[in-house]
Amino acid sequence: MNRSALTRSILSGLLLISLLAVANPAAALNVFACEAEWGALVDELAGELATVTVATTAFQDPHRLQARPSLIASARTADLLVCTGAELEVGWMPPLLLRSGNPNIQPGRPGNFLAADFVRRIEIPVRLDRAQGDVHPQGNPHIHLNPNNIARVARELAQRLQQLDPANAQQYQTRATDFLDRWDAAVERWEIRGEMLAGKRLVAHHTSFSYLADWLDLEIVATLESKPGIPPSASHLATLLEQLQPARPLAIVRTPYDNEKPSAWLSQRLAVPALLLPYTIGGNDRANNLFELFEVTLTELGALVL
Amino acid sequence: MRHFMTLLCLLALTLPAASPAAETGIRDAAGTDEAAISELRSMLEEIRSDYDARIRDLEARLAAAESNSRRAQRAAVDAFEIAEETAITSGAGQSGASAFNPAIGTVLVGRYTSLDEGWDSIPGFASDGELGPGSSGFSLGESEINFKASIDSEFFGNLTLALEDEDGETNVSLEEAWVQTLALPHGITALTGRYFSGIGYLNKFHLHADDFSDRPLPYQAFFGGQYIADGARISWVAPTALFFEIGGEVNWSERFPATGGGTSPDAWDVFAHVGGDIGGSHSWQFGVSYIDMDINDRSGGEDTVDAFSGDSKLVGIDFVYKWAPDGNPTVRNFKLQGEYFYREEDGTYADENYNGDQDGWYLQGVWQFMPKWRVGYRHDQVDSDNGDLFIGTPLADPGHTPRRDSIMVDWSGSEFSRVRLQYTYDQVNKDHDNQLVLQYIMSLGAHGAHEF
Repeated sequence: MNRSALTRSILSGLLLISLLAVANPAAALNVFACEAEWGALVDELAGELATVTVATTAFQDPHRLQARPSLIASARTADLLVCTGAELEVGWMPPLLLRSGNPNIQPGRPGNFLAADFVRRIEIPVRLDRAQGDVHPQGNPHIHLNPNNIARVARELAQRLQQLDPANAQQYQTRATDFLDRWDAAVERWEIRGEMLAGKRLVAHHTSFSYLADWLDLEIVATLESKPGIPPSASHLATLLEQLQPARPLAIVRTPYDNEKPSAWLSQRLAVPALLLPYTIGGNDRANNLFELFEVTLTELGALVL
Repeated sequence: MRHFMTLLCLLALTLPAASPAAETGIRDAAGTDEAAISELRSMLEEIRSDYDARIRDLEARLAAAESNSRRAQRAAVDAFEIAEETAITSGAGQSGASAFNPAIGTVLVGRYTSLDEGWDSIPGFASDGELGPGSSGFSLGESEINFKASIDSEFFGNLTLALEDEDGETNVSLEEAWVQTLALPHGITALTGRYFSGIGYLNKFHLHADDFSDRPLPYQAFFGGQYIADGARISWVAPTALFFEIGGEVNWSERFPATGGGTSPDAWDVFAHVGGDIGGSHSWQFGVSYIDMDINDRSGGEDTVDAFSGDSKLVGIDFVYKWAPDGNPTVRNFKLQGEYFYREEDGTYADENYNGDQDGWYLQGVWQFMPKWRVGYRHDQVDSDNGDLFIGTPLADPGHTPRRDSIMVDWSGSEFSRVRLQYTYDQVNKDHDNQLVLQYIMSLGAHGAHEF
C-alpha cells in the first residue's frame, strides 16, 4: 500500500468514526424537564452531556398543561424525567406516562426524578378539602424560588445523572462541584442584597412566590385568588381592596402566566405597583439562566424599596 | 499539618540568613565571596516563592474544606428537616391497609331537559346504545366511580363503574376494567380488559369530559355513543420528534355495534395518530381509523326484531386543533375538532339481501373567552343509503339528512365543576325539534386527567 492510499484510508476511517459519533445520539442523555427551572438546572449539571426538552415555558401554568402529542413524543425517548412533583403536574403527567410507552421514566424508576421530594415543603394543608381550592396534599409545589432548594435539588440530581450515565460520572461530579461553588457564593450575595426586603408585605396572584417569601422573610399578606387555583373573582378583589386599604402592600406580584387584569385592577385602586416577576427561566428577556433568574427577581423587588 | 511544620522550620532558617548581621559575619569569616552569597540569596528566594505557592495552595484547600463542611452541614440540616417532616406526615396521614388505596374519583352529573318531541332512534340507522336526548324533565344520567393505580412496576390498572337509573331501578354497569403494561421496551404498550377503543378522537374520552351534553350523531349512529371493546390492544409510539402512534385492537364484546365471536374475535380495528406543535401557541393531532366486523344477528334497538348479519367495515378520520396564546390556556383558548366516518355493510337484514352504506361527520369549535367561561358551536349529521327494500324498518330511507346544530355556554367554578346550558336545533327527524339542556358535571376525589 502506498503512502497516499494509506492516508486516504485513515482519513476515510476517521470520517466514518466521526459520522458514527454524530449519528449516535446515545452519547447524550435525553432529559425531559417539566418546568424551565429544572431544564436550566440540567443544563448547569450536564452541559453537553444531556439534550434537554422543556415541557412548559414561563408563559404556561405548569398545572394546567395537557398531555399533548408533542409532549408524548418527547417523553417516549427520554432517559430521565425531571419534574417538580408534589402534584404540580398531576393533571397531565399520569396520562403522559401511560401513553409514552417508555418504561425508563415511570414512577419508582431512576429515570423519574421529582425535585419536591428533596426539599422541605411549606404550606402543607392541615385539612384536605377541595372547598379550600385546588390544594396540594404535599404542600406548595412552587419550590424553586428559594435558591437553597435549587442547591438541594442540584446535589440529588447530580447523583441521579451519575447513576444513569456512569461513564461520565466524573464529569457530572466536577460540574456539580463547580455549579454549587458558584451557587453558594451567589446565594450569599443575594441574601445580603435581600436583607432590605425582610418584613416587607406583598400581595401575590397565586401562591407561586411562597418559597421566595420564606427565603427573604417577605410577607405575602393576600392572594388575588380567593382559593388556590380559583381565578380571582370581582367580589374577592373588592374585599381585598377594602382589607388592604389601611396598610397597603409594597406591590402586587404575579408570574408571566397569570392573568394581568386582576393585578392591574387592584394596583390602580390601591395605588401600588403591579409587578411582573420572571418566576422562571425565560420569564423575561433578562432571566436566561438560574443565576439571572434570581438576579433579576432581586433587582425587581429591590427597586421597590429604593 | 506536616506541611505547616516544615514550612515553619524553613522560615526559621531563612530569617537569620537574611539578616544583615549574619551577612557581615559571613563576609568577615570566609573572606567575601559575593558570587556565593548572591547564589545563596537566589536559592533562598526560590525556596521562599516555592513556599508562598504552597501556602496559597493550602489556603485554597482550607477554603474549599470550609465550604464543603458548610455544604455538608446544610445537607445535614436538610436531611434532618426532611426526616422530621416525613415522620410528621407519615405519622399523621395514611397508615396500614389504606395507604395503598388507589386514586378514587367520582363524577356526579345531572340535567334538566326541555324537548318539543325528542327521539330515540336515527332514521336510516339500526342503532342501539345511548341514543337521543332522553325525555323532558330532570334526570341524573350516569354517575361514575373510577379507581386507578399502579399495580406494580409492570402494570397499571383502571376500573370505572357507572350507576344509572332505569325504570326505577339502579343499574351498575362496568364501563372500564383494564390493565396496561408500563415496562415493555421500544415504545410498545399492551392493554387488556374492557376499554374505550383508541379509534377516532372523541372515543377515548368519558362522556362527562365532552364539550357538549351528548355525543355527536355519527358516534350515536355508528357506536351507540362510544365504541367500548372487550379484548386487547397493542400500540406503539415512534421515537420521533413528531408524535406518531399506531395501534390495533381485537374485540370480543357483544355490546353494540359488535356481536362477540368465538375462539377468534369477530371485530378488530387499527388506528394511527400523528400530532405536534406549531410554534408555541398551536398544537394539533390527526388520526385515521379502520374497524372491521363480522356481525351476527345484530338487532337495532328494542322496538324491532329485524337483525343484520354480515360484514361491516368502517373508516374514520379525525383531527383536533388547539390554540392558546403562548400555549397558556388560563384566560383564552380555542379548540376545533372534527371527525368523519364512512361505513359499508354487506349481508342480510330482515332476511333480505342488504348492501348499505352510511356516513356521518361533525365539526365543533369551543372558545374560552375569559376565565371560567366558554362558548361552543357544533354541527353534526349522518346520512344513509340503504336501498329501497326496507320500508317500514329502521333502515328505510328517511328522505332527509338527520342533522343538528347546537350552541352551548358553560361555566367552570374550578377545575372540578362545570355547569352548561345547551340549545339544539334538532332535525334528526323531518320536523325540527327545539331542545334545551341545563347540565352539571362535578368531580370529586382524584384529580382528573388533562388529556389532549
